[in-house]
Amino acid sequence: MDIDTIAAISTPPGEGAIGIVRLSGPDSLEIADRVFKSPSGKKLKDVRSHTIHYGHIIDPRENKTIEEVMVSVMRAPKTFTREDVVEINCHGGFLSVNRVLELLLSMGARLAEPGEFTKRAFLNGRIDLSQAEATMDLIRAKTDKAMNNALGQLEGRLSRKVKKLRQELVEILAHVEVNIDYPEYDDVEEMTHTLFKEKAEYVKKEIEKLLETAKQGKILREGIKTAIIGRPNVGKSSLLNSFVQENKAIVTDIPGTTRDILEEYVNVRGVPLKLIDTAGIRETEDVVEKIGVERSRKVLREADLILLLLNNNEELTDEDRQLFASVKNMDVIVVINKIDLEQKLDMSEVERLADGRKIVPVSVKEDQGIEELEKTIADMFISGQIEGDDLTYVSNARHIGLLNRALQSVCDGLEGIENGIPVDIVQIDMTKAWELLGEITGETVHDELIDTLFSQFCLGK
Amino acid sequence: MQTYEAGTFDVIVVGAGHAGCEAALSAAKMGAKTAVITINLDNIAAMYCNPSIGGPAKGIVVREIDALGGVMGKVIDKAAIQIRMLNTRKGPAVRALRAQADKVVYMQEMKKLLENQPNLQLIQGLVERLIVEDGVCKGVITHTGGIYRAKTIIVTTGTFLRGEIIIGEIKYSSGPNNQQPSITLSENLEELGFELVRYKTGTPPRVNGNTIDYSKTEIQPGDEEPQAFSYETTEYVKDQLPCWLTYTTEKTHQIINDNLHRSPMFSGMIKGRGPRYCPSIEDKVVRFHDKPRHQVFLEPEGRNTEEVYVQGLSTSLPEEVQHDLVKSVPGLENAKMMRTGYAIEYDAIYPTQLWPTLETKLVKNLYTAGQINGTSGYEEAAAQGLMAGINAALRALGKDEEVILKRSEAYIGVLIDDLVTKGTSEPYRLLTSRAEYRLLLRHDNADLRLTDLGYKLGLISEERYRKFADKREKINNEIKRLRSTRLKPDEKTQNLIARIGGSPLKDGILASDLLKRPEMKYEYLKELIPSPVPLSKEVEEQVEIQIKYEGYIQKSLQQVEKVKKMEDKKIPADIDYDAINGLANEAIENLKKVRPLTLAQASRIPGVNPADISILLIYLEQGKIARISDR
Repeated sequence: MDIDTIAAISTPPGEGAIGIVRLSGPDSLEIADRVFKSPSGKKLKDVRSHTIHYGHIIDPRENKTIEEVMVSVMRAPKTFTREDVVEINCHGGFLSVNRVLELLLSMGARLAEPGEFTKRAFLNGRIDLSQAEATMDLIRAKTDKAMNNALGQLEGRLSRKVKKLRQELVEILAHVEVNIDYPEYDDVEEMTHTLFKEKAEYVKKEIEKLLETAKQGKILREGIKTAIIGRPNVGKSSLLNSFVQENKAIVTDIPGTTRDILEEYVNVRGVPLKLIDTAGIRETEDVVEKIGVERSRKVLREADLILLLLNNNEELTDEDRQLFASVKNMDVIVVINKIDLEQKLDMSEVERLADGRKIVPVSVKEDQGIEELEKTIADMFISGQIEGDDLTYVSNARHIGLLNRALQSVCDGLEGIENGIPVDIVQIDMTKAWELLGEITGETVHDELIDTLFSQFCLGK
Repeated sequence: MQTYEAGTFDVIVVGAGHAGCEAALSAAKMGAKTAVITINLDNIAAMYCNPSIGGPAKGIVVREIDALGGVMGKVIDKAAIQIRMLNTRKGPAVRALRAQADKVVYMQEMKKLLENQPNLQLIQGLVERLIVEDGVCKGVITHTGGIYRAKTIIVTTGTFLRGEIIIGEIKYSSGPNNQQPSITLSENLEELGFELVRYKTGTPPRVNGNTIDYSKTEIQPGDEEPQAFSYETTEYVKDQLPCWLTYTTEKTHQIINDNLHRSPMFSGMIKGRGPRYCPSIEDKVVRFHDKPRHQVFLEPEGRNTEEVYVQGLSTSLPEEVQHDLVKSVPGLENAKMMRTGYAIEYDAIYPTQLWPTLETKLVKNLYTAGQINGTSGYEEAAAQGLMAGINAALRALGKDEEVILKRSEAYIGVLIDDLVTKGTSEPYRLLTSRAEYRLLLRHDNADLRLTDLGYKLGLISEERYRKFADKREKINNEIKRLRSTRLKPDEKTQNLIARIGGSPLKDGILASDLLKRPEMKYEYLKELIPSPVPLSKEVEEQVEIQIKYEGYIQKSLQQVEKVKKMEDKKIPADIDYDAINGLANEAIENLKKVRPLTLAQASRIPGVNPADISILLIYLEQGKIARISDR
C-alpha cells in the first residue's frame, strides 16, 4: 500500500544501553546508505539479507560523525513488515538515537505514524487477519498517546514562530493566487520573480534560523563535546583545569551523563562544554600517548569542537601539522599558549593551516586571553542575534525532519526561479513548504488559503 | 388537480439553464430518451448575471466540458463578441480563455441544439413535485397536471427554488430577472428529508450604452488573434466588441455609506450566505474601507442591444439609491439605468447529501446539478449538468457503470469532489488554488485528458476522435524525436543560441534538454531541426509545454501516484461506521454524513485524521465488513 519509507525509534525512550532506529519501506537501504559508512567502504545495498554490520552514521551534509553503530539489514519479505527493513543499533543512549533519526528524516524517510510498522505488517499479510482488531486498537492507543505527548512537546514559542512563518507563506501564496484568479485586479502588485525570490529567501532564512536553534537546543541538552588536543607539554591539562576552576561544573538532567567519570562538564558563558576524555588528559597530559592513535581518532570523530593547542615558545613541528590535517572540516579553535614566553612560532604558517578558523593567543599560566577564548567559544555556538529568553528550541526529531523538508521545498522553489520557471509553477514548491510547516503545528485548516485570499483582497471580476 | 399520464422517458431534466442543457444533451446523445422541462422555453441557457463565460479555472472547465462532448464551448464560440486569453505572461497551467457573450445569441444557439437533438423533447412546464416511491424517484408532476415518468430524474433549478428578489426594503417572491419561481418543488424536497440551505447572490444594474461617455473610461479590447473554446470550432470571432474600465469614486462610497441602513445586506433582511468572491459594492466599501476606488467594467450584453452590464456594481440598495450610485461613476454621469440591480435568495441542497455521481443519497435515481448544489457560475453548473447527465443516462440505460472524475483528471473532478466531500458554506466557485494538481489540469491539454472518455461514452464523434488521435500521435512522436536528437555545438546552433541571448553550448546536447533552457522556445528549435512532418501550432505548443515543465509535471504525477492506491481502495456505500472500533467520534460522525466511496475521499473529509484512515484501511482489509442492513 505504501510507497514511502518510514523511520522511528523502536526502543522505549529513557535509559538503555542501546537504542534502535528502524527503517521500513522500499528505500530503506538507499536511505541508510546515504548516512552509513563502514570501515571497509561496503554499501548496505550490496550485503546479504539478515546480516549485521559495524560502522558509523555520518551526516553527509557536514561530513560529521554522529554515532558508532551496528546496522542490521533485512530484506523483504522475511521481515516484520514484509518490506525492506534496516535497524540501526546505537549505543549512545536516547540523545544520539534521536540524532540518527533526525538525520534519516532529513535524508528522505518519513516519521512513522503511531503504530505504522504494525499496520504495514498487517496490510502486507504478516499478521493474521484475526488480529485486525488488535492492530486497530494499537493505532488508536498510540495515536492518542502521541497526541498528548505532542501537545506537551510543542513549546509555545516554536509553535508561534512556525505559525508566523506559515502566515508569511500563505500571504505569498494568496498573492500569487490573486494574480492568477483575478488577473485584472488592480490593487495588487504582480508577484514577479524578483519579489517572489525576495520572499522565498526570507522564508528560507527563517527556517534555517529555526534549524539553527535545533543545533542549540541539542547543545543545551547534551553539551558541546569538546576535545583539547596538542603535543605533549603544550598545556592541555592546565587549560582544562583553568576551565574547571573558573567555571562551576554543571549538573545535567540527562540520564547517564552525570556519573560519567570520563567527562567533565563546564559552563562557559552559558554554553555547556563536555570535555572529552578529560581523565586521559589529566593523567598523562597526552591523549595520543595514553590511548593510542585509534582511540584519539575516535575522540576527534565524536567532538563538536576541537581546541587545538600550539606552543608559542616552540617552532611548529610535523606533529602539529598532522594535528591540523586530522581536524579538517571540523569546528576548531586554534589556541596559542604560552604567549608570556618568547615567540618562536611561525604565525604566517599557523594562519595558513588554520585556514580561516579562529586563532586565540593565551597564557594559561598568566591567565591571559582566557576570557577571549571563552567568548570565542560562546560566539561560535550562540549566534549574536538570539539572546537568552528569545531562544526557540526545536528539539523534536519530527519537527527537525519537517523543517528540513520544508527548507528543501523552498530551495527547490528558489532553484525554479533561477531557471526562469513561472511563479505559478514555483508556487507548487512553496505550497509544499507551507503544508509541511502545518504538520508541525497540526494546522490543517481547510480552505485556509482561500480564506486568506478573500480577507486580504477585495475581489470582483 | 386533475392529473394525466403525459409520457414516459429514460431521463427527465428539470430546468434548462446551463446545467440542464448539458444534462439533457448528453443523456440524449448517449441514447437515452430524454425530456427537458422548463418554466419558460424563451429562457433556455439564460445568462442572468454577467455576459461572460470562462476565466481562470472556469475557462479550463469549459475546455473539459468540450473534451467530454459537452456543448458550452461550441455555443460560446458562436455567441462570443470578444475573446481574451488570460494570464499569458504566467505559466501554461493557469492560462485560460474568457469570452464576452451575446446573451441572446447564446440562448438561441443553445435552443437550436436542444431542438435538433434526436431523442430529446422540450417541454414548457413548472415541475411541482417529484414522484418518489420507496425511496426511488420515478417521475415528476407539472403544475398543469402532467405526469412524466422516467428511470432517472435530474433537477437543475438554479436560483429558482423559493427564489426571492430583494431591492432595498422591497422583497418579493421571484426567480432571477422577475421569472416565475419554483415554490412547491422546494417544499417537496424538504418533505423528502433533504437538508436545504439558503444562499444569496446578486447582480448589478444595466444601463443604456448610448448614455455612457466612453471617453472617460479605458478601452479593453479582445485579443488580436482570438482563440476558441471548442476543439471543434474552426471559425473564430470577428469584429470583436471592447469592454470598458472605469472606477468608483469617493462620491460612490459616500452614497453607499449614507444609505447603509437601507441596505438589506446590513439591515438583516438578507439571511442567505453570499459568495465572498463576488461581493456587492456595498460589501466592498464596508469591508475594504481604506480602498479609495474599485474597478467597474462596462460589458456589452450583445450585438443587437445597447444594454450594458455594469460589472463591479452588484448591489441590493434601493432603486433610487442605485440611480445616484450609477451616476457617481466617471463615464456614467448621464447613464440611464435600464434594469435595477438586485440580490436573490434561493434554496440549495447541502451538497454532502450527494454521491460523487451527483445522485442524491436519500432518493435513488434522483440527481441534482448546478446552483441547486450550492455552486455559482455558469461553467460550474454546466460541468455538473454534464456529469449528472452522463451518470443518469448510464443508469437509465441499465449500464452498470458510473463516471467519477478524479481530482487529478479534471477541474470538474475537483469541483464535484469538493462539493460532496467537504460541503460548502457559501456559493462555491472554482478557483485555481482549489486544484492541487493544477499543473496537470491545463487549458491546453484538456483534450488529452478527457477525449478518450468522451468518445467511450458516445459523446465524441468518430471524425473528431480520429483527428484527436492523430494530434496525440504527432505530439508523442515529436517529443520522442526531440528526446533522441542530439545537437552539436556547430556554428548554426551557437548562432541561434546567441541570437536569443543564451550561453553557448560547450558540448553536444539533446534537443529536449536545450528546449528546457529558459530562453529557448520550440519555434527557435525547429529552425535547427525541423520536424519531418508538418505540425500544427497546438501540437508544437504541447510539445514545448510537456518538455519544458517536465520536472514539475513529474513531481505532480508522483503525488498522484501516491494517492492512487487510496483512490483504488473502495469503501462499500452501506458500511456501518458505528461497528468499527477505534475510529474517533468526530470521524465517525463525518464519515456517516459523507459516506465516501474511496479511502482517498475519506481522507479528504474534514475531521478525519490519518489514524482514522489507518484504522479504516485495516478494517476494510480484514474482510468482514459490517453493513447498515445487518443491524
